[in-house]
Amino acid sequence: MNDLFADIEDRGLEYVGASRIEGPLVVVDKVRDVGYDETVEIIDPAGIPRMGRVLDVSERQAVVQVLEGTTGLATRTLRARFLGESFRLPVSRQMLGRVFDGLGRPADGGPPALSADRRDVNGMPINPFARRYPREFIQTGLSAIDGMNALVRGQKLPVFSGNGLPHDRVSAQIIRQARLLDEEVEFSIVFAAMGIKHDIAEFFIRNFRESGALSRAVMFFSLADAPSVERLLTPRVALTLAEHLAFDCGQHVLILLTDMTNYCESLREVGTARGEIPGRKGYPGYLYSDLASLYERAGRIENSPGSITQMAILTMPADDISHPVPDLTGYITEGQIVLDRDLFQRGIYPPIAGLPSLSRLMKDGVGKGFTREDHPILASQLFACYAYVKRVRGLADVIGEEELSQLDKQYLKFGEAFEGTFLNQGEYENRSIETTLEMGWDALSVLPREELHRVSDELLRKHYRSEPGTGAQDQACLTVQRL
Amino acid sequence: MNVTESAEPVATRISGPIITATGMSRAQMYEVVQVGELGLVGEVVRIIGDLATIQVYEDTTMLKPGARVLCTGAPLSVSLGPGLVGNIYDGIQRPLPGIEAKSGAWIRRGEKVEALDNTRRWTFEPTAAKGDTVGPGQVIGQVAETPLVTHRIMVPPDVSGHVLSIVEKGDYTLLDPIAVIGTPEGEKEVTMLQRWPVRQPRPIRERLRIADPLITGQRIIDTFFPLGKGGAAAIPGGFGTGKTITQHQLAKWSDAEIIVFIGCGERGNEMTEVLREFPELEDPRSGRPLMERTILIANTSNMPVAAREVSIYTGITLAEYYRDMGLSVAVFADSTSRWAEALRELAARLEEMPAEEGFPASLPTRLAQFYERGGAVTTLAGERASVSIVGAVSPPGGDFSEPVTQHTRRFIRCFWALDTELANARHYPSIHWLRSYSEYAEDVKSWWEAGCPDWEELRTEALTLLQREERLQQIVKLVGPDVLPDSQRLILFIAEIFKDGFLAQSAFDENDMYCSPEKQVALLRLILTLYHRGRDMIQEGVPLAKVTGMDCVSEVLRAKAATSNKELHRVEELARRLGEEADELERQYMKGATCYE
Ligand SMILES: Nc1ncnc2c1ncn2[C@@H]1O[C@H](COP(=O)(O)OP(=O)(O)OP(=O)(O)O)[C@@H](O)[C@H]1O
Ligand SMILES: [Mg+2]
Repeated sequence: MNDLFADIEDRGLEYVGASRIEGPLVVVDKVRDVGYDETVEIIDPAGIPRMGRVLDVSERQAVVQVLEGTTGLATRTLRARFLGESFRLPVSRQMLGRVFDGLGRPADGGPPALSADRRDVNGMPINPFARRYPREFIQTGLSAIDGMNALVRGQKLPVFSGNGLPHDRVSAQIIRQARLLDEEVEFSIVFAAMGIKHDIAEFFIRNFRESGALSRAVMFFSLADAPSVERLLTPRVALTLAEHLAFDCGQHVLILLTDMTNYCESLREVGTARGEIPGRKGYPGYLYSDLASLYERAGRIENSPGSITQMAILTMPADDISHPVPDLTGYITEGQIVLDRDLFQRGIYPPIAGLPSLSRLMKDGVGKGFTREDHPILASQLFACYAYVKRVRGLADVIGEEELSQLDKQYLKFGEAFEGTFLNQGEYENRSIETTLEMGWDALSVLPREELHRVSDELLRKHYRSEPGTGAQDQACLTVQRL
Repeated sequence: MNVTESAEPVATRISGPIITATGMSRAQMYEVVQVGELGLVGEVVRIIGDLATIQVYEDTTMLKPGARVLCTGAPLSVSLGPGLVGNIYDGIQRPLPGIEAKSGAWIRRGEKVEALDNTRRWTFEPTAAKGDTVGPGQVIGQVAETPLVTHRIMVPPDVSGHVLSIVEKGDYTLLDPIAVIGTPEGEKEVTMLQRWPVRQPRPIRERLRIADPLITGQRIIDTFFPLGKGGAAAIPGGFGTGKTITQHQLAKWSDAEIIVFIGCGERGNEMTEVLREFPELEDPRSGRPLMERTILIANTSNMPVAAREVSIYTGITLAEYYRDMGLSVAVFADSTSRWAEALRELAARLEEMPAEEGFPASLPTRLAQFYERGGAVTTLAGERASVSIVGAVSPPGGDFSEPVTQHTRRFIRCFWALDTELANARHYPSIHWLRSYSEYAEDVKSWWEAGCPDWEELRTEALTLLQREERLQQIVKLVGPDVLPDSQRLILFIAEIFKDGFLAQSAFDENDMYCSPEKQVALLRLILTLYHRGRDMIQEGVPLAKVTGMDCVSEVLRAKAATSNKELHRVEELARRLGEEADELERQYMKGATCYE
């Protein structure tokens, strides 16, 4: 039944009855020898234990957060068994290819993970002195990411999305295509689902199976119908295994956390039940620290070949990027990929917003010796020109497109080329970084050469197409034809 | 033994980082305690009768009521002495390399490591002699801490008298007595190691008016919104707008003698980046690695929140200590909002009445106390020195009307407002030229005018131009640029050149990352020359398109990156060619004009 904890010796610290049950919280009186954050089994009338943990303890009472819900519990009959340690997960490499529930118990009918190595799911902070700065470029095959918001191994780069936007397809494509330029190592995948629907979980499983990744993926599901408080532990459980795979087994781990908005809602629920003073939009004041305790569990460390690359997906309520969940996430992660409803409605896939998306670690992972010498400047010039396109579009809305200057009209053309060819690509189209860069120069060459101030003369000579639309390949063809 | 004395201090309640203990009637406010078997470090923050509330700097998982509390009798203090520079500490001054040596890549709680290496020998050179009368803060000797920093050994702030004995030049550890001072209270041994409570400002003789700029090598800052040595600046902005990169730039290139960088509740990788980069970067003035003048405090976002609260004080105390040696120190705090949030989190756990947005009512006082620890001063030893403070502010949703930004504004005189739209367009630094201000511009004017007599005119003209552009843009947004006369469209054009060719400055471009004051003036003058000549040409009837189409325009735009700080003659040479090209154009149009007559 609860095999995971079978090896914990029963210390006999079992209490009958609670003085209060409120939301996800149970208050047990007159406890003795109970620790803060200790794991508790609350045994319901049917004799089934539900996992919980201690949020506050004094000589008088312990406040227990019941992760599996308080439905059906009664103050007189419930029993609480304190297990003498904080929440732990047995970790082993054998967990790859398996499916677990949100608390790390087998959900695929298989046996529990056999391991004497049981880790506190809260983890410990990585010593900044022991971190290794991430810098290996990951090619995702998506131009919007590789060209302008490049991902590096060990980065935490979330996807900010909205309801109905194709974040699942985009992240599945990234997972499917992600590879390094000069190394043939495959990523191990850790997938933590919090409060998402079954069909989405199945979508990912199907994707992993089709791309042959299932055997190197491990999944933790706390789906929409699971008790909401359970979600508070799901990312911690998943990250604990990810840390083991990366830093003990030396694997390169890609961890996907979805949907962080659901996680934050659970946190709010508990905060409200405890009567805490709420912060913005009712979320607790410690939301930032709590999220950081998850997101910071990514990266690389000295003396271990492994890495954790983290992608968290979150849906922005009402597409509002200043909502506390995306806002605080953006303050912690190393950039963000923002999906844009307008692009999506215009049929552009992936609808990755050009301007608000950012990869902060790109600067150290691209350019000479990493991708190609022209990469950083190309990206910077694309951003600058696209920003101007947005201004011109604003102006065109007011005065009409015909009234625009010749140059501004050319910018509109560039905008179309940029969105229609550079951003836009197939869900199964995997572009090499060279292709992405060449397509970037193709788009820029729609503009007059003098407009590209950020590019040096030397690079312009190399890459600017004097005849628009003649990419490197085309140019090669042309040369051949002329000969 | 006193029978009325209560039982041994023990914990009675644990709620995250806040614990309550009984038997604490003898505790002092802000006294350091150790809790439980691991000896977790904490600080007393409230005393009611026999009960004390303690904030614990380490994770309290599995701590139980009944855990022993050990009072140390001393407030939270830092160790001061040679060995601080080049080091990286957590919020309570535990050296991170030392922690790594003990517990590997992860910070295990309860780890105890001395802040300074007590076994290392430093070459001490006395500068005082037996019989000298010495007062608090007076220098009695020195140690070459790094090739960049001469560490003065000072008489502690509470000691004065005359030197009874002092050691000869030689190698000593931090614990070896180096001098004995005869004081009215008796003989006092002085070592190279001192302790100072972090929440208490170190004494000075007097505050001075700010007169010198802190040269940062960042054009928009030095030229338009300068910070004075001893001044305080805030840099607010939403996520990803460039607070950290700007502060890194300042930490790298500022002409302060000591840099203290406090990573307070921010990313681990950013500290790693500094650690990796600074030893390799050269100080533009001395040519030495930048790490030789830098101290890092890293209490990242995933480290305990109580230690985040105290990290700011740890950092500023180290800064004051070096200031007392007569040095100019710059402190960077990234981010003060995370510190304020730590205050809020702790206040909530203490069940204090919240004021605005859940922050404790004491927030403004705490901010004021922090910024007041900066300043230009005369030290106890009578030297001129300064602590400049730059605090990043991370307003929720990038909205500056929130309490931390608003209260911070009251205590600083320089405001670098970062703008999300500029950042999105990758215009960096995204400091908005119309929403930022510096009250130090007046104070540092004479410094600039010593090298460039018309500095103020140039600066004002450029700023005015940018303001006029903003107003013209309002019109353009409504009706398009075509209705404007050429003279006004020229302003739009020049403003763009200012933005791209002067205000935007890449932190990653070899030539552009640091711009010397001379180069700043040269570029400013160059662009204004283009403006003046353009204005004249248009008056002479030269069409705008001819002006904007001049060959040298794209060179003006690229001058910042194309010329290094050592090749200013190339900017002058460009200005000359610009003049010639303009002369030529004017000649053509004058001729044209006479032909038509
Ligand atoms: N002067 C600059 N030159 C070039 N790029 C810059 C500059 N300033 C900022 N950037 C870019 O902006 C990104 C974000 O900057 P930074 O990390 O400083 O933001 P921040 O304001 O500190 O964000 P947060 O509040 O989330 O920490 C950087 O990764 C870099 O790509
Ligand atoms: Mg930052």
